[in-house]
Amino acid sequence: MKIELKEISKSFGPVAANTKINLSVSSGETLGLLGENGAGKTTLMNVLTGLYKPDSGQVLIKGQQREFSNPRDAIKNGIGMVHQHFMLVPVFSVTENVILGNEPTTAVNRINLKEAREKVQNISSKYNLNVDPDELVERLPVGVQQRVEIIKILFRKAELLIFDEPTAVLTPQEVSDFFMIVNSLKNSGKAIIFITHKLHEVIQICDRINVLRRGEVVGEVNPKKTSNSELAELMVGRSVNLNTKRKKIDPGNVLLKVKNLQVISDKKEKVVSDVNLKLHEKEILGIAGVQGNGQTEFIEALTGLRKISSGEISYFDTNCTNFTPRKIHQMGIKHIPEDRQKQGLINEFSLTENIILNTYYEADFSKNISLNWNNARSEAARVMKQFDVRANSESSPAGNLSGGNQQKLVIGREMSRKINLLIASQPTRGVDVGSIEYIHSQIIAARNAGIGVLLNSTELEEIITLSDRIVVFFEGKIVAELPSNTDPKIIGLAMAGVVT
Amino acid sequence: MKIFLKIRQTFSIDKATFLDIFIIPILATSLAITIGLLLLLLSGESYQTALRALISLFVGSFGSVSALSETLTASTPLIFAALGIAIGFRAGLFNIGAEGQIIIGGLAAVIVGFSVELPLLLHLTIVLAIGAAFGAGYAFISGWLKAFTGAHEVITTIMLNLIAFRLLDFFLRLPFIQKEGRNDPISKSVLETAELPRLLGFIDPNLRIHAGFLLAVLAVVLVYWIIFHTTIGFEFRTVGTNIHAAKYAGVNSSLAVILAMSAAGLCAGLAGASQISGVLGRATSGFSAGIGFDAIAVALLGRAHPIGVLFSGILFGALVAGGREMQVSAGVSLDLITVIQALIIIFIAAPILIKSIFPWFFPKT
Repeated sequence: MKIELKEISKSFGPVAANTKINLSVSSGETLGLLGENGAGKTTLMNVLTGLYKPDSGQVLIKGQQREFSNPRDAIKNGIGMVHQHFMLVPVFSVTENVILGNEPTTAVNRINLKEAREKVQNISSKYNLNVDPDELVERLPVGVQQRVEIIKILFRKAELLIFDEPTAVLTPQEVSDFFMIVNSLKNSGKAIIFITHKLHEVIQICDRINVLRRGEVVGEVNPKKTSNSELAELMVGRSVNLNTKRKKIDPGNVLLKVKNLQVISDKKEKVVSDVNLKLHEKEILGIAGVQGNGQTEFIEALTGLRKISSGEISYFDTNCTNFTPRKIHQMGIKHIPEDRQKQGLINEFSLTENIILNTYYEADFSKNISLNWNNARSEAARVMKQFDVRANSESSPAGNLSGGNQQKLVIGREMSRKINLLIASQPTRGVDVGSIEYIHSQIIAARNAGIGVLLNSTELEEIITLSDRIVVFFEGKIVAELPSNTDPKIIGLAMAGVVT
Repeated sequence: MKIFLKIRQTFSIDKATFLDIFIIPILATSLAITIGLLLLLLSGESYQTALRALISLFVGSFGSVSALSETLTASTPLIFAALGIAIGFRAGLFNIGAEGQIIIGGLAAVIVGFSVELPLLLHLTIVLAIGAAFGAGYAFISGWLKAFTGAHEVITTIMLNLIAFRLLDFFLRLPFIQKEGRNDPISKSVLETAELPRLLGFIDPNLRIHAGFLLAVLAVVLVYWIIFHTTIGFEFRTVGTNIHAAKYAGVNSSLAVILAMSAAGLCAGLAGASQISGVLGRATSGFSAGIGFDAIAVALLGRAHPIGVLFSGILFGALVAGGREMQVSAGVSLDLITVIQALIIIFIAAPILIKSIFPWFFPKT
């Protein structure tokens, strides 16, 4: 089977999301679709799966023109998609989720669960998916839930499987399992489209790569003959410095000391135990680890968002254990939170309001209780200019900004005022390549200027690129402290709890 | 027109807010009146009656000085109470308890109004202040419960409403409060020094509009300032929009919840006090008359924006005044007004409905 897109164009008002796009994918092939956020990848796939009607252009299956008016049409023609956000009912079993909307029935219109269960079991074993058909979806880890989504479209006899940013939610171990599944699907004759903005992934898994930029295909690349930097350049449209240079400098005095820290979670579990660390001025200390090993709670404890059950945190020579977030912020410890949409910003608020989100009470922005909006606006304009935040105006809502610009706004807000220590959690998650480069350079500039940086990231590459020293979290403990030039394999093993 | 432009600039009302707080309420009300009249026809009334009802609705609300006076008189407590509910909305609180807060505030006001003897302006000021304070105190209970036990404010305010109804009946029968020689629950009348002066008394002593309306307009400006130009309002809006971000920003959300709820009760208490001092002169067992519930509709209609509350408060006041005229001159039951009010809420609850019925008012996005 061969699926072709011919001269597809799609605009939303004045914005052209896709312009005359041609691409094709055949059975037994994995096509990578690489592009930044907003490059038009998702729009193109929505055209292919019948969610949008193209303004012009054709979809051909085995050379015949097809028109889909909804995703149901598309799946009937063998085109299925695994979305970035899963569409599963948590309290249903795997089998129930798979058949939902397409239930096999007996003569008297009863759901034939037995037959369905068997089919799910067969699909699972045929492609080595290893999914228990009877388990409730809410009990499954994210990686397995993703496989349920795959079974869902295979159950509907998909020949082309589209994956939208499939690795965004997976741990490194789950990613390698996932790649094995993709290869086994490909080898059994399925066609696959793999959408991502992660360069090393397309190189590793795809047979062919199409790069999208501003709604156009700007290049087709053979993964065996390309490099990260060539792909990045195609994707961004200019040369990108992926390996931010970091000149060695000697760290200064101790800034932050953590002694025997212990944190209890909302579920009364010990999520952080016996953590000791020291952070110096002019130093970037990276926290590596698979998501969910206590890093989040550790950062929350440091920033006053979570109660510390025992242990001590001191900053310069002040014991600041269990200080309030405001007190900690005032002392010059600035926090770039893990989830900017949930914590770092208020989407409904304007950029100006977000700029003063945690400093509105300071003398610069208010007198007694009266807010000084003029000062706030000029501060917003200043941060936007200095940190390259692109927006219509400082009064547009933060929710309208792209992920990269939102993050630059948060970083700008935190770094442009009194700061001695920067705690950055997942600073480049969901951010485009251009902004990643910029954010990294800002973090290094801060360190060079004498600031201590605590960097928490689940992207090992990011940790290795930026850190002067690395600690590895596993099950709430620091299992290894390593210099920055350590072999990534050793760090990876430590992340899995294996310390040599 | 110039004055409208000036108002829009002063209160920084952008185009979207303008559509939300002026155009949508007008469209929703027109649509609701139209459907209300259709219902009238369906129930067998003649075209003439329907037409007369429509005309008297307008004449009775805006058609004369006396009509306008009635409209603004009816809108005064609605504006006060709805301002309070709007503050609550901004802080993420759904205050169903304005009715109870009006009762407690009004009851406190009436007691001070008849029992204390003080010079003219001082007495009035104290009566209003006591009404506001008791309203605030009553709402404080819900705010405190929410902040420290997590009890949902919808539940606690409903319960406090019921308690307020019973408390009112109980107090009105106390010998100290009950009017001499009466057996029904009715209080003594407030002294003249505690009455809000009528604004147009020099034209005709029957024109009921009183200084409370001016205070309500003043309150609109003050609440606007608090919500959009003070650190307290900023905290309210932060807590109300994104509690996680509020925590990150170091806002004391418990304090914000208690303050916002108390401020809401303060406004409702003023509604009760102004109704006592400006219109009723005494408390009876049903003196709150559902104003606290209508005010929820007014706050929704005004999109929790003080200027919107002022506008929709007047709109609801007009329905009340026009409805009375409609009843008198067209013989149509006042229940029609209730139906129209309910329809307005339905249209407001579904702004997309209004936007799809009247697409040409709204820019495409």
